[in-house]
Amino acid sequence: MDYLFQILGPLLDGTAVTLQVFLLTLVLAVPLGLALALVRVSHFRTAARLVGGYIWLMRGTPLMLQMLFIYFALPFVPVIGIRLPDFPAAIVAFTLNYAAYFAEIFRSGIQSVGRGQYEAARVLGMSYGQTMRRIILPQVVKRILPPMSNETITLVKDTSLIYVLAMNDLLRAARGIVQRDFTTMPFAVAAAFYLIMTLVLTWGFMRLEKRYAVYED
Amino acid sequence: MPSMKTEAVPMIAARDIRKHFHGTEVLKGVSLDIGKGEVIAVIGPSGSGKSTFLRCLNHLETIDAGSIVIEGETLVETDAAGHCRYAPEAEARRICRKMGMVFQQFNLFPHLTVLQNVIEAPLTVKGLSRDAIVPRAEELLRKVGLLAKCGAYPSQLSGGQKQRVAIARALAMEPDIMLFDEPTSALDPELTGEVLRTMRQLAEEHMTMLVVTHEMSFARDVSTEVIFMDHGEIVEARPAGEMFADPRHPRTRAFLDHML
Repeated sequence: MDYLFQILGPLLDGTAVTLQVFLLTLVLAVPLGLALALVRVSHFRTAARLVGGYIWLMRGTPLMLQMLFIYFALPFVPVIGIRLPDFPAAIVAFTLNYAAYFAEIFRSGIQSVGRGQYEAARVLGMSYGQTMRRIILPQVVKRILPPMSNETITLVKDTSLIYVLAMNDLLRAARGIVQRDFTTMPFAVAAAFYLIMTLVLTWGFMRLEKRYAVYED
Repeated sequence: MPSMKTEAVPMIAARDIRKHFHGTEVLKGVSLDIGKGEVIAVIGPSGSGKSTFLRCLNHLETIDAGSIVIEGETLVETDAAGHCRYAPEAEARRICRKMGMVFQQFNLFPHLTVLQNVIEAPLTVKGLSRDAIVPRAEELLRKVGLLAKCGAYPSQLSGGQKQRVAIARALAMEPDIMLFDEPTSALDPELTGEVLRTMRQLAEEHMTMLVVTHEMSFARDVSTEVIFMDHGEIVEARPAGEMFADPRHPRTRAFLDHML
């Protein structure tokens, strides 16, 4: 028991790092994903195609590779080359990557709303922007809750990838203790921490789904 | 061809509307004038182009050639060289706001309550305050007999109730003309009556109406003029009484024999 309290400190520190990466990525990638999706479904063909290419690139290569690239290779790229410290590099990589996944979720949600909704809004005199903001997107939220729940839970666990930039997230902290003390108990504690985080998320999304259940499509 | 009206400015003046989908000509030069307070029923077999014609009038479809003038304002015109030109987007939207529309599939906003459905466009498009629009919306809902359902969501309503909300929603924008695209075709037979009653009431208040319908009794009893369309053309346009008593064109006669 004493040992448990002893390792709890470093594991909580690791959890703090994990949560920071998780929350910052979520806050940045959701709006970026929405913006990408809106461009993707717009009539600006070239821009829509560029976004399509971007999504292909981000979903088609490993997140870890993207993170390594931004941290190690980006400084040597001409013109846009900047050197980012580890934490910002991780946030940029996670945001760019997750925005691509969120964009696809938003796109499928937007395209699942029937043409009749656009027509009804249009004959009432609403502009495309008003239609999106007031009619389409509010309905999209309900439709994308299940895939968003999936994706955010994956994000919690993906944060463990930042160990490649030598950052002390929850999993790396646990592994450090395991290697030092020759006991696997920190792994069990880390697992419990991840489970608690995903439990909170699951519960939050369940509440949201319940709130949106007041109406049916 | 449709009769020429004596009014100086018709509510809708459509000239020689042409429209094709994927190589098939759906409208082969349709012209129609609608005067103030007229209730025009458009009948005809499915695929005759009647719904497409209605949807062209308020810009849900883009025409290939012809002109549409709403209360003296040009939505679209075709020049001598055959170039079809629409008014700029915002202008076209403003012109089309003179027309309200009711769809076969209702197209209510499922995430909004009945009252919210009715006040949405006045709030966002006209920029009216809630205080200004809510009493009027409630009055409209009372008129269609659904004030008690104010807080219900569309999924909690029957088809007939949904369609009556859709009518109230269109009326909330205070249109001068109402377009109905087969408003009772998606309804169970026992629910068509309540919708037709609401439409009849509107006609009695001298709303200008263009109704694409399969309800022959409504066409006969409520409309001032009946238009029979077939194969993308207006075959016959006559006052309702005459049309049903004495259809002149063989195609009209065949259609009416089949329907009645």
